[in-house]
Amino acid sequence: MLEQLLPQLVNGLTLGVIYALIAVGYTMVYGVIELINFAHGEVYMFGAFLCVTFITAVGMPFYLAIVAAMGCCALIGMFLDLVAYKPLRKAPRLAALITAIGMSIFLQNLAMVIWGSRPLPFVQSAVPAYLNETALSFSGVYLTWLQLFIFAVTTAMMLGLMFIITRTRIGTAMRALAQNKTAAALMGINVNFVIAFTFALGSAMGAVAGILVSVYYNSLYPTMGYVAGVKAFAAAVLGGIGSVPGAMLGGIVLGVAEALGAGYVSSLYRDGVAYAVMIAVIIFRPSGLLGKAVIDKA
Amino acid sequence: MLKVEAIHTYYGSIHALKGVSLTIDEGEIVTLIGANGAGKSTTLMSISGVTRPGQGRIEFLGQDITRMPSERIVALGLTQVPEGRMIFPGLTVRENLRMGGYLRRDKDGMRRDESMIFDLFPILRERHKQAGGTLSGGEQQMLAIGRALMARPRLLLLDEPSLGLAPIVVENIFRVIQKINDTGTTVLLVEQNAQMALTIAHRGYVLATGEVIMEGSSRALLRDPKVRKAYLGED
Repeated sequence: MLEQLLPQLVNGLTLGVIYALIAVGYTMVYGVIELINFAHGEVYMFGAFLCVTFITAVGMPFYLAIVAAMGCCALIGMFLDLVAYKPLRKAPRLAALITAIGMSIFLQNLAMVIWGSRPLPFVQSAVPAYLNETALSFSGVYLTWLQLFIFAVTTAMMLGLMFIITRTRIGTAMRALAQNKTAAALMGINVNFVIAFTFALGSAMGAVAGILVSVYYNSLYPTMGYVAGVKAFAAAVLGGIGSVPGAMLGGIVLGVAEALGAGYVSSLYRDGVAYAVMIAVIIFRPSGLLGKAVIDKA
Repeated sequence: MLKVEAIHTYYGSIHALKGVSLTIDEGEIVTLIGANGAGKSTTLMSISGVTRPGQGRIEFLGQDITRMPSERIVALGLTQVPEGRMIFPGLTVRENLRMGGYLRRDKDGMRRDESMIFDLFPILRERHKQAGGTLSGGEQQMLAIGRALMARPRLLLLDEPSLGLAPIVVENIFRVIQKINDTGTTVLLVEQNAQMALTIAHRGYVLATGEVIMEGSSRALLRDPKVRKAYLGED
């Protein structure tokens, strides 16, 4: 029993950091405009497909293709805001939620039109060979370079994100906007620009998550954003929606719960265990692990 | 400096401003007094570009700002301290001040202005690392004023700075408003505390149900029997 624990923890962490990467996109957008951007999972899916396309059709090397896909997804995120959410800024929140679901369906179908509906393998020939080799092994745990790469990339991106949010002018403006939109506008903050920036940032991170997952599981398909999106949304809620550190923690908790559920209960119950953990947290701490009990708008 | 010409502002079907006109000259303190719901805050929000007037025209320093986005109005030198202070509760005092100077790029000038604001409100210097939401009401009002000053406004709009504050704090705030005006900043002051406002203002407008019903020098308004009865609590 116990010898399973460490390998499952490693699996869970790998999955968890990826959920976290998607979850920050949900939570940041929610923070600034109180919208659950249901199309965020599709941006994640587009990240994976665009990366593959840049490798196969354009001939880009693996790492460059990742950066290019990030850039494109940032633009897709800003485009989503521009066409689907910005016109509804003053409408009831439910209206924007419906267009979010609409954009999700649209992007999914667009991907099927472009790339077909069958799952594709990731272009393994483009992936540097060392990534699939074992990097470390200790007490029954085998860590591949790919897993280390996933940890390194997600850690770097999270640190970068925290730096932007807490130390830069635009990041402080994002927090200001989340706390009081009217006051932010009165300070001369261009509210629509900051919102677009938030979408771009979250979407670029979601794209990286999509690429990492499709390399890790060697598979990508147009509906892959649905389950990943729901899980990451659950992670964001679990951590406290609107809180960026909360989304990070929520992703990791969810990933670990899922892996332990699969290892110790049954792999059929992996999603069930993950959601059970989320429901339990929400029952006992409705604002999530790191969410504030009251939204303090002084 | 500021010319508001017959603006009408609507909230859905509510006709909040019914042709409000006022002018402010450089260097003045002008006050806008009136009861709750008279349209004082709506007037300020219309000037700042947060709510758009349906008709009428607003001119600032010779430019038409009626449909200008808020950030451009701030860039022209018109800043507002909104009602209820609206500081950013999760940002530190210093971050709040930086947001006030959001459009500025001159780091040295911002640092100088920050220390000028800390001299004006020494308590803010002590608390510069604290989150804005942990300050007392009076301190939050000081922060809100300091934050607005960081934009180096030529015209400062103040909405109910005395709201909910102890008399001694109110006195301090009004002394600072006077000081800000002495250094060359024009002030438009909205107040329910008409007595206090008319004491420091040069001129005043009285607003009732979305219309200007009276205007004049502060001295004249303070003597007017109708004003005394309706807004200064005399019978």
